[in-house]
Amino acid sequence: MEALRARTQTVKAAPFSYSAPDSLDEVLALLDRDPDDTKILAGGQSLVPVMAMRLSRFERLVDLQRVAELVGITREDGSVRVAAMTTHAAAGRDAVSAAVPLLAGAAPLIGHDAIRNRGTVGGALAHADPAAEWPAVALALDAELEVAGSGGRRTVAAADFFLGTWTTAVEPTEVLVAARFPVWQGACGFAVEEAARRHGDFAMAGVVCGVQLTDGRVTRAALAHFGVGGTPLRAPEAEAALLGATVDQVDAAEVAALAVRGLDPADDLHASGAQRTRMARALTDRAVRNAIKEASGG
Amino acid sequence: MAEQVAVTVRVNGEEHVAVVEPRKTLADMLRQDCALTGTHLGCEHGVCGACTVLLDGRTARSCLVFAVQADGHEVTTVEGLTTPDGGLNPVQEAFRAEHGLQCGFCTPGFVVSATALLAENPEPTDAEIREGLSGNLCRCTGYQGIVNAVRRAAGRPGSEVAFDTGAEKEGAR
Repeated sequence: MEALRARTQTVKAAPFSYSAPDSLDEVLALLDRDPDDTKILAGGQSLVPVMAMRLSRFERLVDLQRVAELVGITREDGSVRVAAMTTHAAAGRDAVSAAVPLLAGAAPLIGHDAIRNRGTVGGALAHADPAAEWPAVALALDAELEVAGSGGRRTVAAADFFLGTWTTAVEPTEVLVAARFPVWQGACGFAVEEAARRHGDFAMAGVVCGVQLTDGRVTRAALAHFGVGGTPLRAPEAEAALLGATVDQVDAAEVAALAVRGLDPADDLHASGAQRTRMARALTDRAVRNAIKEASGG
Repeated sequence: MAEQVAVTVRVNGEEHVAVVEPRKTLADMLRQDCALTGTHLGCEHGVCGACTVLLDGRTARSCLVFAVQADGHEVTTVEGLTTPDGGLNPVQEAFRAEHGLQCGFCTPGFVVSATALLAENPEPTDAEIREGLSGNLCRCTGYQGIVNAVRRAAGRPGSEVAFDTGAEKEGAR
């Protein structure tokens, strides 16, 4: 065993120091001390690979796993509050989170079981990968993000939260502590559609859709793309086209054409930009039809 | 000398204490400090699934968990899945019966993932088996033998009659 140990002291990540405080106050105090070289560790399912490949290195990691107040899903007035360290798996199957069907709709599309058991909703929102599902769900639903710093807490609207690829409104001295997803009442339908090379891979294109019907007319509509820009993107023209239409009048193909107008996704190894736009259009068409069908009780 | 931290992890029911650098992964701790080399490392950045273990009873990629994060937690590796007398468990038996492995490198990860899948869903459909194991890569078998092994372990041995065209999955969504 000694020989084995001597032979295999290989490591992947650059050295860092580690702490796992019990309280949010301690976490914030550590951040205040050295905000630029301290990184918050949530589930680690994006951070650890980045460190293993040495694309990033940090002086110290502050692990949130022991901060009890950062786990759990609670029903609040008009919304479901998902604390930051709640795992994707828990958010997808929780009885309380069922009030926001997009939580159960999006969770199974994230990675694989082993990733969903570790990865967290707050981690994914704060990481802000352009191809990730939670940021698009948050944007589509006008979620509110609770951010804590040693000076106090503030609430940031999802529309103001995602600033660019892997960039959010969270300051280096702050921690995202929860997301509040609004509960839609009445006849509602939701859909998440995405295209990935394999189930669980990052989406080449994806869309989140929500519609609410009142007396057979669309009275609320939300559409947000992911994977086709630096941040998730709302599709206001397409939403406007849905609003006020009766179920029979909705032309999903036309809505989809409007929804991709102005998209300019980049080319990469997995798909060209033009291909991504075509995917986004086909997925939006499908998402709108599925959401309308669900809202109509079908 | 880099910072060293003492961590205590309950592995396969037995307490293991190791002094590690914070950057050491749980996978490396299992292999090097616990001498449990059944957990294999393929990609070491969370793509291949070979290093899958149970962490507090749920699947996790041990290359994406630092050993320090597992301090005070419970881990089950492929070594911990055998029967009390050290024999193969039904999932392992099924992998052997159905040729669910060739080179065997990915097998520990598949066995752990399949065990967790069947614990949660004892009668999975073929689509559920494929989705449940989608986080594990195998470069030898073409997956058919692996799917058949999980079917057998679930008590419905036999092969799929047609290639999976994705139609079943599409319909299930």
